[in-house]
Order: sequence, then structure tokens, then C-alpha cells
Amino acid sequence: MTAASPPEVLRAPLVVEFPFTRSLGPVQSAFLTGLRERVVLGVQTADGTVMVPPLEYDPVTAEELRELVEVAPTGTVTTFAWNDHPRPNQPLDTPFAWVLVRLDGAGTALLHALDAPGPDAVRTGMRVRIRWAAERVGAITDIACFEPYDGPVAPAREPAPHDGGFADPVTGIIAPARLDYTYSPGRAQTAYINALAERRSVGERCPSCHKVYVPPRGACPTCGVATTDRVEVGPAGTVTTFCIVNIKAKNLDIEVPYVYAHIALDGAGLALHGRIGGIPYDQVRMGLRVEPVWTEGGRYPDHYRPTGEPDADYDAYKELI
Amino acid sequence: MPRTSRHARELAVVAFAQSDHRRRTDELSEVELVMPVLHEVLAATGLKAGEIGFTCSGSSDYLAGRAFSFTMTLDGVGAWPPISESHVEMDGAWALYEAWVKIQTGEADTALVYAYGKSSPGPVRDVLTRQLDPYYLAPLWPDSVALAALQAQALIDAGDTDEPALAAIGARSRAAAGTNPHAQLRGTLPQGDYQVRPLRTGDCPPIGDGAAAVILAAGDTARRLCGRPAWITGIDHRIEAHGLGLRDLTDSPSTRIAAEHAGVFEQPVDTAELHAPFSSQEVVLRKALGLGDTVAVNPSGGTLAANPIMAAGLIRIGEAAARIHRGESDRAVAHATSGPCLQQNLVAVLEGDPR
Repeated sequence: MTAASPPEVLRAPLVVEFPFTRSLGPVQSAFLTGLRERVVLGVQTADGTVMVPPLEYDPVTAEELRELVEVAPTGTVTTFAWNDHPRPNQPLDTPFAWVLVRLDGAGTALLHALDAPGPDAVRTGMRVRIRWAAERVGAITDIACFEPYDGPVAPAREPAPHDGGFADPVTGIIAPARLDYTYSPGRAQTAYINALAERRSVGERCPSCHKVYVPPRGACPTCGVATTDRVEVGPAGTVTTFCIVNIKAKNLDIEVPYVYAHIALDGAGLALHGRIGGIPYDQVRMGLRVEPVWTEGGRYPDHYRPTGEPDADYDAYKELI
Repeated sequence: MPRTSRHARELAVVAFAQSDHRRRTDELSEVELVMPVLHEVLAATGLKAGEIGFTCSGSSDYLAGRAFSFTMTLDGVGAWPPISESHVEMDGAWALYEAWVKIQTGEADTALVYAYGKSSPGPVRDVLTRQLDPYYLAPLWPDSVALAALQAQALIDAGDTDEPALAAIGARSRAAAGTNPHAQLRGTLPQGDYQVRPLRTGDCPPIGDGAAAVILAAGDTARRLCGRPAWITGIDHRIEAHGLGLRDLTDSPSTRIAAEHAGVFEQPVDTAELHAPFSSQEVVLRKALGLGDTVAVNPSGGTLAANPIMAAGLIRIGEAAARIHRGESDRAVAHATSGPCLQQNLVAVLEGDPR
């Protein structure tokens, strides 16, 4: 293990959450609807192999596949892995085995969880059967898990053709995902954020072209070198360009219309952006001199307001637009 | 002249650099992680950023949990005046493949290829589940160690390996990393407890952050920039069916086909840098590539000693090339993988001029 990071580096939770809505083709729709009805369907390839779970195209020939067949809810473990420490969202929250199961009548294997008392109770070749979820919605999780099965092997028979037709078929799934990160902004941005907490703005100067970047990201994108020379900028600045926002954003407590502007803080080599307040929206103009306004406890300026100084000459900021 | 070249243009890796790989790099943003490596690899050739014909990078937003995270690292390249640039949301080995194509078409004579992975911000085992089939696999959240463990058990059942043999692979890799100052884990380490049985801690890669870069150059440019260029005499990549239950997990036909197309089997190799994040995957790759006991496998320590995801495959090509640069290898095979259980595989043959 390496030493812990320097204590002054900022960290914050960052949650990334996305519910992907996915539509299903005819084969996947039949398979997942079938699970809801406790029927397991596979698809037959040209050479007679039954794939469970089914695909819509043959992975070898790329031929379209539509011949559905019903297979048994019992099967044989083709390989396994004992999971002593289930992770969040996995099918079981007690120790279980990951298994690939070839269902009776299928030629390929399905991945799922096997509920078993311990690793010694699991082996390749063991017989298992599906344990259905109490509430089924048309998803792979309608199979709660597999469980050991010592009942009789179903009599050998050809997988039964199935037309895939069910009442109220499932045509799509919503696949929610949530990942919990810890975000660290790195050295340069940490210094910037810490300075903001003291109501100061700091940038970093490129040692090669001498441009001052605010906020600093640690590198000069023009020269490709580290920017380590810290420079205090502002607090006042100049509006270099702006737009009038007429659409109210969700969860944003700002009355429309309002002005969003590029603001070149004094001493900075490029403009950052912020909202302009304290002046009617239709009186904001290029060259307007502004200063930051912090709200109580705010860690960054809430908005910028006019300083009352005369407007800056166009030539003074035209390179920063 | 390289001994055999099956492609339009001679093309070589002329420089390689990598960061020290560490468990966490909270103090470094993406660009702060990558930039020293870019400077090092450019300095090795004397090239300025503006003299590079093509720049290509590999990384994944899912590791950082941020959209378009790779754009930040472009700040470290010096992208003004505008440069010819591209990115793959994959391991940097595939970025190298894109750069190789660009040079083969004659669109460029040199290329800067870099890759980085910051795995520390998120739960990487869970993060990688999001690359799985979203209908049948991802809703079950089978993590990367679990899937590798299924493959390991299949190998044990097939008689291809056993737990002591897997432990020996981990021990050999981490002992080899003793001479690699960049590795995250070095020297003798305990094999540890089961993570997902049959894989123990020592069978699994460390989680860490790191970056790497190589410079490619064609023909006489390569000779001018490097004393002993590592000529890429063959390169190919292949993919297998997405469904794990459709595959024979004890074999890697995609690796074998890529190796055939890259010319691996035409002459013996003396070095193999294999991208095998799990000890069991080395067993599969040795079989697919037909590697004998005389081949130095992962003399750098391999991915079991340092696994900056998205850079680890590019590092295999870089480590193989560096051995040719140093005169420690004459013909090396480098391999990179992506996806669960060796789903996608890239194979390159690198050769030095006769000595």
C-alpha cells in the first residue's frame, strides 16, 4: 500500500445514477415475458442448438433467429464460483455461488446465482432448478436464483416449439444503475475551491505563454505544460459576452429571464461564466464591470452584480471573448 | 530492415513511458496524472507536441464517473495549433491500433498514443458490471472477480490448472515486478483469502491509478528517433460472442486467431507481455499463444502487479517494446484484452533489428 494522499486534497461523494430504458426485440420480449409466466424459452439455431438465454442473431453466422422453444426449469451447473461476500444489488445477500447453468433442453448456459449452504455443496455437474421470484415483472431477476435439485431428470424429449405469444407482452425494460464515487478534483482545482471558500479567486499562470487560467486545471492546453505559478485575480471583472435565459431549469430557483455571462476577472487570461444580477436583464451589455456576490455560507459566488464603474473598452477584453 | 513485415509501411514503437501506479491519486486530476508521462515520452524522442502527426488516447468515463473525462487530459498534449486527435473508450492498446491504421494509410508518420485509468474514485468491481449485456447480465451485477472466478473454476474442472499453480503465477508475477519501479505491488506477497472462490487475493489484480504513453513512427523516422526501434511486424484484434454461456471459457479462440494474423506462430518469440488481470487468464493465454517454458512471460510483473484499467494493455505493448529497445528481446508478443473473461483480444508482434 502506498502512503495516504495529502490531507488537504478535497473529496466529495459523487453519485451517478441512470435509468436506461431499453426496448426489446421479439425474441428478448418473448423470453422475458416468459419468465414472468414461469416459462423458459430458448431460440434454435440453424444447426439445432438451443440458446438459453436466447439471442436474436446467431453469434457464428449472424443469421436472424426466431424459432422459439420451451426448455425445462431444471438444469446442470457447467461451472461455478463461490461468493462469500455478496456485493450490493447481487441476487442474494447471503453467501451464494455464481453459476453457469445449462437448462435441460438447452445447448448453452445461463448465468445466475445458486442458493446453497456452502462451497462444499456446489460442484460442476450438479443438478439445479429455478427458484422463481414471488413478484415477476418480465426481467432476468424474475429468476430469484437457482437451488439444488435432486428430483428426477425429466424424460428426454425434444424441446417443445413455442409461438412466443403471451398476453400483455413485456416490450421493454428499465435498467437502473447507481454507482457511488468519491470525487477528488486534484491539486490545482483543490486550491481554486479552497480559495473560493475565503471569497478569493486564484488562477495559475502558464510558465511558457504566461496566460492565467481561471479556474485552473493544472495544465496550459496551448503549451501542454503544468501551470504551477498561482495568481490572485479579480475580484471584479468584465462581461465579455452574455445570453438571456428564458427557460426555467428544473430545481433551479431563479426567475426568468436572467442573464448568463462570460466574465473575465481582472488579471485572468480567459473568461469564466456566471449569472448577472442586480441589474435588469435587458440592460446587461458587453464591457459591463461586475463583481461577485456571495450568499451566507456559499462556497462560490451566487452571481455577479455591476460595480458602478464605467464600462471597459472593447479593446481591453476583445481577446478574451 | 525488420525481418518480416506484412504491412504497407514499416512502423515501430520508438518510446514508452509510464507513471508509478498507485492505489490512489486523489491529489492528481486526470491531466495532472497524464502530463508527466506525455513529457517523458516526448523527451525520449526529442519530438515536440506540434511535430506529432496523430494523437490517440484510451480511457473510460465509467472509472472516473464523469462524462467526457478524457477531454481534460488533452490539456496536457498542447492541442494548439489544432492537432489531429482521436479517442477510444477502451484500453489504450486499441488507441494504438487506431494510430497504427492512421500511419499505415500514410496520413501520418508519427503518433502519440496514451492511456490512463483512475480506478480509485469508484467501486471498480461494480463499475465494470455496467459494460455487460444489459438484458441478461447487468441486472444481476456479476462483478469482474466473480466472472473471472467462473473461468478459473472451468479451467480447474478441465484439468488445465489448480489452485497451487495459480498461486505460482501470482508469486512469479509479483517477484518479477521487484525490478519494475513503476509496479504497484512488488516482491513476495501472501496469496491471501478467497475473493470469489477459487480466486484468492493473489490471483486478482490490484486496483490502482496510472497512465502510459508510447510514440509510434514509420520507417526512417523510427530509425532516426530510436537506436533500436521495436518494429510492429503484425497486429490484429478479435472479439468473441458476448454471452459467457456461449463460450468455452477455458479457451481463447479470438486470441489464437489474432495471433495467427499477427504472425506470432511463424517464428519463436522470446518475450510475452500478456494482459491477464487474473492468474487464471494467463493459463488461457499461454495455451492460445502456444507459449513454451523458454519464453519470458510478463517480466515486468504484468497486470497482477499493476492494473491501471484502460492503460494496462498499452503498457504490455510498451513493456515488450522497451525490452527490444534495451536489447533484452529480439521478438516479443504483446497482448491486450478488454471485457469480461478475455472477451476481446489484441495481439502484436514486435521485433528488433538483428544484432
